[in-house]
Amino acid sequence: MSERAPLFLARASYRSRRISDAARLLPVLALFLLMLPALWPAPVPGGAQVSGTLVYLFALWALLIVMAAVIARLLAPRDPPASGGRP
Amino acid sequence: MPFNLLVLFCLTYVSGLFLVAYLADRAARKRGEDFLRSPLLYTLSLSIYCTAWTFYGAVGYAARSGLEYLTIYLGPTLVFIGWWWVLRKLVRIGRQQGATSIADLISSRYGKSNGLGVLVTLIMVITTTPYIALQLQSVTLSFTAFASDTPQTLAGSGGTAVWVAAGLALFTILFGTRNLDAHERHHGIVMAIAVEAVVKLIALLAVGIFVVWGLAGGALAMLAQIDASPVSQIPLRPERWTSLIAVSAFAVLSLPRMFQVMVVETPQEDHLARASWAFPAYLFAMSLFILPIAVVGLDRLGPGANPDLYVLTLPLSEGYGWLAMLAFLGGFSSATSMVIVESIALSTMVSNHIVVPFWLKLRPRTIGAGDLRLVVLTARRLSIASILALGLAYFRLSGGSAALASIGLIAFAGVAQVIPALIGGISWRGATRAGAAIGMGLGFAVWSFTLLLPSFGPDAVFSAATLNEGAFGLTWLRPQGLFGTYGMDPLVHSILWSLALNTGAFTLVSIATFPGPVERMQGAAFVGAFDSELPGGGLGWSRGQPEPEALLEMAQRILGEETALAFFEAEAKLQGKSGFLPDPTQAMVSALERRLAGAVGAATAHAMISPLFGHATVTVEDLMAVANETAQIMEYSARLEAQQDQLGRTARQLGEANALLTQLSEQKDAFLSQISHELRTPMTSIRAFSEILTDPGLGPETVTKYGSIIHEEAIRLTRLLDDLLDLSVLEHGSVQFNIEAAELAGLVDTALAAASHIRPERAFEVERDRLAEALFITTDKDRLVQVLINLISNARKYCDAPAPRLRIAVRARAGRVTIDVIDNGSGVPRAHQPIIFEKFARLANVGKAGGAGLGLAICKEILANLGGSIAYLPGRKGAAFRVTLPLRFVQSPAPSTLS
Repeated sequence: MSERAPLFLARASYRSRRISDAARLLPVLALFLLMLPALWPAPVPGGAQVSGTLVYLFALWALLIVMAAVIARLLAPRDPPASGGRP
Repeated sequence: MPFNLLVLFCLTYVSGLFLVAYLADRAARKRGEDFLRSPLLYTLSLSIYCTAWTFYGAVGYAARSGLEYLTIYLGPTLVFIGWWWVLRKLVRIGRQQGATSIADLISSRYGKSNGLGVLVTLIMVITTTPYIALQLQSVTLSFTAFASDTPQTLAGSGGTAVWVAAGLALFTILFGTRNLDAHERHHGIVMAIAVEAVVKLIALLAVGIFVVWGLAGGALAMLAQIDASPVSQIPLRPERWTSLIAVSAFAVLSLPRMFQVMVVETPQEDHLARASWAFPAYLFAMSLFILPIAVVGLDRLGPGANPDLYVLTLPLSEGYGWLAMLAFLGGFSSATSMVIVESIALSTMVSNHIVVPFWLKLRPRTIGAGDLRLVVLTARRLSIASILALGLAYFRLSGGSAALASIGLIAFAGVAQVIPALIGGISWRGATRAGAAIGMGLGFAVWSFTLLLPSFGPDAVFSAATLNEGAFGLTWLRPQGLFGTYGMDPLVHSILWSLALNTGAFTLVSIATFPGPVERMQGAAFVGAFDSELPGGGLGWSRGQPEPEALLEMAQRILGEETALAFFEAEAKLQGKSGFLPDPTQAMVSALERRLAGAVGAATAHAMISPLFGHATVTVEDLMAVANETAQIMEYSARLEAQQDQLGRTARQLGEANALLTQLSEQKDAFLSQISHELRTPMTSIRAFSEILTDPGLGPETVTKYGSIIHEEAIRLTRLLDDLLDLSVLEHGSVQFNIEAAELAGLVDTALAAASHIRPERAFEVERDRLAEALFITTDKDRLVQVLINLISNARKYCDAPAPRLRIAVRARAGRVTIDVIDNGSGVPRAHQPIIFEKFARLANVGKAGGAGLGLAICKEILANLGGSIAYLPGRKGAAFRVTLPLRFVQSPAPSTLS
């Protein structure tokens, strides 16, 4: 971020900054939600089932993929396609 | 399926891959890279993360440990959906620096230190060679399982693995070492990997769909079957769950092959945004059916079958040969793509950090001559062959099976040891080379001690006693229970201790040490990769100027003639010049260094450019020496300047003294000529008249007359000589004064009386103030009278007023007394005023006065000796002289002119 940036941003750049915040937060949220199954009680017959955990994990995974895709799409216009690297 | 047919099938598949790779390479060269630059291709190439270990091993893992297999794919998922944190920066830095491998990136970050590159290379080779062996094993196993009649000669000794390894080496060398510059990507290989990625995904999905909907009878039935199977009884262990997610997240960043496809082969940075969700989606699809296959496999094939081969054996036992064939191809693809990319990545490291520097050190002269491209390419080809040979040797020595089954996780924990140095390097400017080296070295040592060596089993490397009681009998050094943490899961134990000690040593040593200048430059460039477009090429080349020809010549030997010429032409154009020789500016040389780094690594590129500057790497010591030299030179020049100033002053003083001497000499000459003239005039008349007197016929009257003339002239001569003597004595300050108190009025009376014989015919009216004159003055009264006589006589002589009047005014003020002698004549003309006090300064046309012109000069000297002065007062309507005297004269040793 530039050091002489104004204190308040225009709506568009404010939005894009919050989206990059979301991009940073996503793995933190994901990590928290992924840790949950480890805290659940061990499966007992008739109680919590492995299939439930399996479904939870894959549903969460799918959700994360969708969220990552949305964030990536929202972030894309911010970075111009021309990369700064040398040919 | 008959063995020979399977071999033929495999050969056909491999030939297909060769064709794809060849066509992609040709197309890229013909039509440019653009059509290959799709995010899809990038994502598919990332899929080499899923090796045969995933394809076959994950099912086995799930059959043994339940849901835990998911950690291996959830870790990378976290890294990719969190790409904004680390991956984005890593890719940006890798492209900015032209990193060729993870070892190159780390060595470049820590001051282009080749030592660090060697360390990372060794860690990578040691951790991933078993991993390559694992791939060879899986291919061999699948061959054995699939082919109905494997020849005993091949199956027993793992002969299949030899053929597979040889074929892979050929493929990799053909398509992986075609060009040198890592920026010119391996299109053929990337395309082949993408094809293989599709094959393995389709294969696994097909088997999965077949298992769920073909064998289990739908998704819900499948879930019920999972809950009923023994797999569901395996609890999820939080410490393993957490540490395995972490370690697989680290591995995806640090595995050489992942770095190769993620960073080195990246066509564009923004492909990463697409991959951030597409790659997790690929992993999702790959792991979706793992547990169902494991559960169904356990159910249908029984505990006797190898769960690692369920993917293959399940369709086979159900009679679906084509599906098994597809699965076999999927596993084959997984294994081969991994081996190809891993060996490219490792060979780049080995050749750039070990072989080429060693070779250059052995033959330092070759830096200046010969085609280095051949050397580097040969080194790379040999490295590929040796790495595959190493993997093969490991496979055959370990005998497969037991030790290899767990090698995947062990390798993950091993490669994770570079993570503190990598993440610290890109996010913390304080990270130093010593910290990185000690942290990585310690982490690697702890990993070997706690995980790798014990993994061979008791009495293999460590004796059972060592395992139980600790190294050297120290219980806190038990390989699987460091510092008393016995009873932990060995894998978690090793991950915890190796990474904790690694990170601890890295941070502490970094804080305690001081980075070198190149290191600090690189640190700033890495950490601030997004802040600004720093040159990034490291420390500027400022010492000396290499010839552009020399640079071009060297670049040609590494990049090849055409590429080097194109690069130089582009740089020259950037500078606004035509031709092929740009000025070797800092920017140009830095760009060239980055470009070379893309081919041979940052450390080697740096080492190759250095000699052209006539000096090796700039060290802190060099900078200090330069600073010292500068300080010394500055001090020296300051001293010289001071001396010069002094010399200038002395010269000026000498010049002044010389001018003074010249002036004095002129004065002396003038004085001498003047004095001889003055002496000559009376002498001439004396001689003339005395000659006349020798004539005997002269009358007594005439004799008397002439005799008196001679007498007068003799007196005049004597007076002149007296005056001269007097003046000489006065001027040398050796005169003795007779200081006493006297009343001024009396002195003036004496002077007026003594002067009255001068032109006595003129009646002077003298105007005096008796009251003012009534003061006592302590001085030499005879000398003062002499001065007054002189002044009064002059007035009598020269005053041309018809009614001459003389005024003597006396005033005492501030311990000094002034005596003005003023007449009412026409005075001294203005032009003559400055010279009247000079010797012989008798004004022209009044020579008749008979004086020698020494009077006022003598007055001036007398007064100077008495601590006073004499001056002509202009503007008084007549000649006016002012004598100033101290009221009370105290004789000082060296009296001189006082005003």
